[in-house]
Amino acid sequence: MNFLPTLLRLCGEFFLTGLFAVGGGLATLPFLYEIGTKTGWFTDSDVLDMIAVSESTPGPIGVNMATYTGFTVGSLTSFAAGILDGILATLSLILPSLIIGLIISGFLARFKDSPLVNGTFSFLRPASTALITAAGLSVAVKVFFPDGFEGLTSFGAFFSILNYKALILAAAVTVTVIFWKKAHPIWLILASALIGIVFSM
Amino acid sequence: MKELMRLFGTFAKIGAFTFGGGYAMLPMLEKELVEKHGWVSEEDLADYFAIGQCTPGVIAVNTATFVGYKLKKIPGAIFATLGVITPSMVLILILAAFLSNFASYEIVKHAFAGIRVCVCVLIFSSVWKLGKKSLKNWICWIIFGIVFLLAAFSDVATAILVIATGLLGFVITLIRERRKKA
Repeated sequence: MNFLPTLLRLCGEFFLTGLFAVGGGLATLPFLYEIGTKTGWFTDSDVLDMIAVSESTPGPIGVNMATYTGFTVGSLTSFAAGILDGILATLSLILPSLIIGLIISGFLARFKDSPLVNGTFSFLRPASTALITAAGLSVAVKVFFPDGFEGLTSFGAFFSILNYKALILAAAVTVTVIFWKKAHPIWLILASALIGIVFSM
Repeated sequence: MKELMRLFGTFAKIGAFTFGGGYAMLPMLEKELVEKHGWVSEEDLADYFAIGQCTPGVIAVNTATFVGYKLKKIPGAIFATLGVITPSMVLILILAAFLSNFASYEIVKHAFAGIRVCVCVLIFSSVWKLGKKSLKNWICWIIFGIVFLLAAFSDVATAILVIATGLLGFVITLIRERRKKA
C-alpha cells in the first residue's frame, strides 16, 4: 500500500464524515461502515471493536474512532506512520466542525443583542433540555436493565431484571450530588470506577 | 498566550473525563465553565447543545469552538478544540499500539459499569440545573414535554426536532416583535 495516497484518502474520508455526520458521535457509525466496505481498510467486526474501545475510553466517540482507524491503517506501513495517520485522521474529522463552529460563533457574536435571535433561543432551550433528558433516560435504561425488558413477564419479574448493584451506586452518587454540591464530576467518576471494580459490577 | 493555554488545559480536562456521547460532557462543562471559571452561563450551554444537534460534526468540538471563540476569538476556538480532543487522541494511540484488547479486560469492564452509573446520575443532575434556567413558563414546559416524548419514544431525528422548534420559536418571536412595534 502506498503511504501518501492512502494518507490523503484517509484524511479525505474522515473530513467528509466530519462534514456530513450530523448529531454527534454515533452518527459517524454508518460512515465508518461505508469507509470499511469501500476501502477494505477494516471489516465490520473491526468497527465493533472500535466501538468497544471508544466506549471504554474518555472523549468524543467520533474522535476515538478516527484516531483508532488512522492508527490501524497507518501501522500497516510502520509504527510512526500509524501515529501520524491517527493524528491526521482525527484533525481531518474535526476540521469541518471547527470551521462551521467558527462561522456560527461569528454569527452569534454579531446578533447577540437581536431580540429575534434571543427569542428563538428561548424556545430552543427547553428543547435542548428535553433532548438531554431523553438521552439520560436511554442511558438509565441500559444501566438499570442491562438485559432489556424481555424477561418482564409479570410484575414480580421486574425485580429480577433490575440491576441492584447499579441502583445502589446510583442512589449513593445521587445523595452525594445533593448534599455535597461542590463535588467535582472527576472525583465522582473515579470513585464510581473504583466501586465498579471492587464490587465486580 | 497564558489565557489560551488555560483554555487548552481546561478543555483537555473536560475531554479526559467525558465518558459517553456529547451529552455526557454536560456535567464537566457545567462544573468547569459555568461554576469554576464563569466563562459562559447555563443558558449558553443549552444554546450550544441545541446548535450542536443540528450542525455537522462532533458536538464536543462544536461546544469547544463556541466557548473558545467567545473568550479569545479564532485562536481561542482552535486552542479549546485541540484541548478537548488531545487526551482521547493520545490515549487511543497508546491503547491501539500496546493494548489492542484493552476493552476485553474484566477490570476495565467493571470500572466502566461503575462509571456508566455515575455518568447517568450526573446527566440527570445537569438536566435539573438546566431545567431551572430553561423552563420558565408553561410554553417552555409544553415544548419540553413534546420534544421529550418524540425524542424518547419515536424515530424522529433530533436534528429535525431542533430545527422545527427553532422555526416555531422564530415565527412566534417575529409575531411578538411586530405586535410590540404596532
